[in-house]
Amino acid sequence: MTDLGPLIPRNRAIHPPAYDVDYKTSVPRSPRWSLLSMESGAGEETGPTFGHSVLGQWDNNLVMNFTRGKAPAIGERILVHGRVLDENARPVTGALVEIWQANAGGRYRHKKDTYFAPLDPNFGGCGRTITDDQGYYEFLTIRPGAYPWPNRGNDWRPMHIHFSIFGHSFGQRLISQMYFEGDPLIYRCPIAATVKDRSQLDRLVAPLDMAKARPMDFLAYKFDIVLRGRRQTMFENKPEGM
Amino acid sequence: MVQKLDRLQETPSQTAGPYVHIGCMPTYAGNGGSYDIEIGESPIAEGAQGEVIEITGEVRDGTGWALRDAMLESWQADASGLFPGQEGADPKVTGFCRFGADAETGKFTLRTVKPGAVKARGGAMQAPHISLWIVARGINTGLQTRIYFEDDDLSGDPLLNRIEQKNRAGTLVAKKTGPGQYAFDVVLQGDGETVFLDI
Ligand SMILES: [Fe+3]
Repeated sequence: MTDLGPLIPRNRAIHPPAYDVDYKTSVPRSPRWSLLSMESGAGEETGPTFGHSVLGQWDNNLVMNFTRGKAPAIGERILVHGRVLDENARPVTGALVEIWQANAGGRYRHKKDTYFAPLDPNFGGCGRTITDDQGYYEFLTIRPGAYPWPNRGNDWRPMHIHFSIFGHSFGQRLISQMYFEGDPLIYRCPIAATVKDRSQLDRLVAPLDMAKARPMDFLAYKFDIVLRGRRQTMFENKPEGM
Repeated sequence: MVQKLDRLQETPSQTAGPYVHIGCMPTYAGNGGSYDIEIGESPIAEGAQGEVIEITGEVRDGTGWALRDAMLESWQADASGLFPGQEGADPKVTGFCRFGADAETGKFTLRTVKPGAVKARGGAMQAPHISLWIVARGINTGLQTRIYFEDDDLSGDPLLNRIEQKNRAGTLVAKKTGPGQYAFDVVLQGDGETVFLDI
């Protein structure tokens, strides 16, 4: 097997710190010790593979998947699409992309969500797909509503879609959130603000993509995702002194 | 101006939030039937080689409270130390599992086979272990750690040996509680805080 080399170490500066007093739940759930850093090995560089056989016909269509094509969800129809790339700018093919979101009123289909916005009987709120040979993915869904949440006195989540991405390696594992261009709530949200560098936070904001919108049908937003890359060199097979 | 590097930067992480199970474990979230096939239901199929074991535990916060909303993922080698996809690996071991803390008690259970030792780059042997990834509301970037086993020889493991405070190494070691039974708790903060990894 070709050794593609270790994973490029994470640049922790672009990720949110564990402890953020404005996101109150992080206070008791944040480790105080530093992380133990080490070069990746087989356990981080390998990972499960997900074939198209696990996918159902409606899995990447959140407008229709909850009713298996019988009735559409309520809300503003949007296409969310983009590519999964690695840090070397190569497409990550066969990546599992899973999303979940609130309905158009800002309510999740979950027993613990008690917000009084109504449930949409035709909307479940989850979708998944596998990237193609260019690393490309797309979902048809509805624009999720903003919703209030108990944190500081009057905090609201901006419109967002949660993304879970599984590339080729367990060490590439990433969960993040996509925001929508032009939403004024993004810069008032303590969860968005856990990403301390504004230019990094802006990388989570998907622009409106009119070229991909279908007239008289749906708008489109483009959201590209970058996973960790690997550091293959011609010297990689030599044993390294530790 | 120096030449420009044509690298990309990793996408910043955001918390998985309280509803991660809607997207990753719909049945657990009460939305069974969302998908015909759910992912990561078990790391082994019937007939997997090796000793079948059960690891039970909980994920506790800095106050000692067990999280009810955590989602964990595990990834491991088969009984002979090979990962799925590697030549000769046990076809009955998928190696990957997703599991949630119980919504009432906060307890989780992982049923799998005991992994074998895995060779590190350069030839050193890593003691048998399972890689673990933990996300939840309040965890801004998913936490990586490992489960080792107290009845194995851990003395030569490169990662455990890298922990300077030897009294913390035990946080990565599951306790044997009976035949095929282990206990492993994750402590996010405070006394006995788990060693989390940046690998
Ligand atoms: Fe949310």
